[in-house]
Amino acid sequence: MAYNVKEIVANKPARFTAGHRMCAGCGAPPVARMIMRALKEEDHAVVSNATGCMEVSTCIYPYTSWTTSYIHTAFECAAATCSGAEAAYKAMKRQGKLPEDKHTKFITFGGDGGTYDIGIQSLSGAMERGHDMTYVCYDNGAYMNTGIQRSSATPRFADTTTSPAGDVIPGKMQSRKDLTEIMASHHLPYVAQTIGVNNFKDLYEKAEKAIYTEGPTFLNVLAPCPRGWGYPTDMLMQINKLAIDTCYWPLYEVVDGKYKITYKPAKKLPIEEFLKPQRRFKHMFKPGNEWMIEAFQEEVDKRWQELLDLEEITNKNND
Amino acid sequence: MSIRERLSGNEASAIAMKQINPDVVAAFPITPSTEIPQYFSTFVSNGTVDTEFVAVESEHSAMSACIGAEAAGGRAMTATSSNGLALMWEMVYIASSLRLPIVMPLVNRAISGPLNIHNDHSDAMGIRDSGWIMLFSENNQEAYDNLIMAHRIAEHKDVRLPLCVCQDGFITSHSIENIELIEDDKVKNFVGEYKPEHYLLNDKEPIAVGPMDLQAYLFEHKYQQANAMRAAKKIILEVAEDFEKMTGRKYSFFEEYKLEDAEIAIICMNSTAGTTKVVVDALREQGVKAGLLKLRVFRPFPAEEIAKAVSHVKALAVLDKAESLNACGGALFTDVTSGLYTNGMQVPTVNYVYGIGGRDTTTKEIEGVYQDLQEIASTGKVENPYRYFGLKGGAK
Repeated sequence: MAYNVKEIVANKPARFTAGHRMCAGCGAPPVARMIMRALKEEDHAVVSNATGCMEVSTCIYPYTSWTTSYIHTAFECAAATCSGAEAAYKAMKRQGKLPEDKHTKFITFGGDGGTYDIGIQSLSGAMERGHDMTYVCYDNGAYMNTGIQRSSATPRFADTTTSPAGDVIPGKMQSRKDLTEIMASHHLPYVAQTIGVNNFKDLYEKAEKAIYTEGPTFLNVLAPCPRGWGYPTDMLMQINKLAIDTCYWPLYEVVDGKYKITYKPAKKLPIEEFLKPQRRFKHMFKPGNEWMIEAFQEEVDKRWQELLDLEEITNKNND
Repeated sequence: MSIRERLSGNEASAIAMKQINPDVVAAFPITPSTEIPQYFSTFVSNGTVDTEFVAVESEHSAMSACIGAEAAGGRAMTATSSNGLALMWEMVYIASSLRLPIVMPLVNRAISGPLNIHNDHSDAMGIRDSGWIMLFSENNQEAYDNLIMAHRIAEHKDVRLPLCVCQDGFITSHSIENIELIEDDKVKNFVGEYKPEHYLLNDKEPIAVGPMDLQAYLFEHKYQQANAMRAAKKIILEVAEDFEKMTGRKYSFFEEYKLEDAEIAIICMNSTAGTTKVVVDALREQGVKAGLLKLRVFRPFPAEEIAKAVSHVKALAVLDKAESLNACGGALFTDVTSGLYTNGMQVPTVNYVYGIGGRDTTTKEIEGVYQDLQEIASTGKVENPYRYFGLKGGAK
């Protein structure tokens, strides 16, 4: 059946309700809601959430925005926590302690700090052990919850509170870690990079595949942050679109090792289009800093080309 | 009929876990507790248990996975020592605050640094305020028995707290001793089935575990947790009573060894109690009224009961197998003396830090402690309450 956002929103429960306290213009809530809609209505779900914006804004005692079962333990161990719940499910199901006809799916949400940095060991371990779970990283490119500190997901030159654009050092000097590739190197059955654009089609379809592919699966979702990135709150969807049209955030999936780029812009836009509306890159547009934009563009081009090559190579090998 | 065996403390713990048959065991190797998950994974591989074994990549993940599993509605166990416990420290507090009755053998070993793999109690002392029930074991039999009693205590509706069973690394974990095992079916009946009231896998009642808990509620939740620890005292005794009916083996908060008429006494935990008993017997033969209080339940701390049990002695020594580095005595010493003071009892009490990093504890040294106590008893004065034994060259 063709993807129809109206039908999905009308018919499938969000399991993530209104009333949460995340910022206007934040990319994360629509991502969480759409991913939860990818669950089959009859399936039970357990969500494990790393400490971060999403957690502190959606489950403040005695309230919760989650209508499905939810657990938060700490910052760096959402994957391990989820793996324990999944292990209990397997053991209890095997012993007939749970209803036979009812299925539970396991989904973990963590920000880039909780995933690329402090939680990478826990994530890597859970994925390697082969738990039947989906890990979703909502990547907003810095520690936004604690006040915009740089993470290993922060793009080069970004102005953050621990990589401030100063007179001598113009923002973060290191390149972004490529977590999606790291997860692909775990040889998981399904790894994808996605974003909330075009009525969320790409996001929804990848979430559905990730959740219903048996074994450990991983989604990396770019989730812009108006406070950290410095764009007007009503610009969220345009920022998302610019991220993919400049190939800053390529959309692709790796199914059993085979790469498929799911969106190739007809006209690849220059990176300035993505950088310009964001306050964190403002210093890059000062006279004399043209080299920064050039260096940024160069890296985007290089990574995009690598991806095109991977797509070609992995599909050739599998013929 | 109970089963007579010869087992090490680690083997005995693994067998207790096999008989308990938990839903999930998540563990990471660390000396000297490694053997427990090692033996247990063999039971999993051979299909003798229904457990899902999660071979995690760290102790932090071990405790995280146990929390996930226990919150999901299963029985979860792990085992660790020393730095492994230190790495899971963050999650140890979270397990307790989420009121999850996870059970963990803790094979005591000196905490780094510098690195040392041998026994002392510095690992356990690091979690003494974490809200875990902490039982100590003199030998392999007690390590086994404490584990069999653990779930009944931890899972009780008035308690719902995690529990660790301590034993001395290498000294009991790797020493093979005679042991009486309980039959599988009797253990199964005694431990019972785990029926949590609320759990993540109940699709009929979705729940949220581990919310953000701010100024408006955290204080009350901590008070509830503290009350659970207080309530655990009664339950520990009730479970011990049932256990005695099944096995004939008697347990309480502590064991009083020739303490009733003692004039001088030692308080200590784990295997040192065995060494001390030998010394007490020898001194008794010489007509010295020496006694021992071997503490089994360190958390909840039976302060009042200890104070009453030693109120009649003329001099008391508290042995701490961990240096608190606080210039005012070990953790057990401060707990005991606080209990005495609060209960209005004045007993001349002295502290000894000993056995650090696996330094051998000999009967001669324990004799030395009793000699010191005789002197204190005769003068009624404690010159220096913060002492050491077994330290090369003595304390300066």
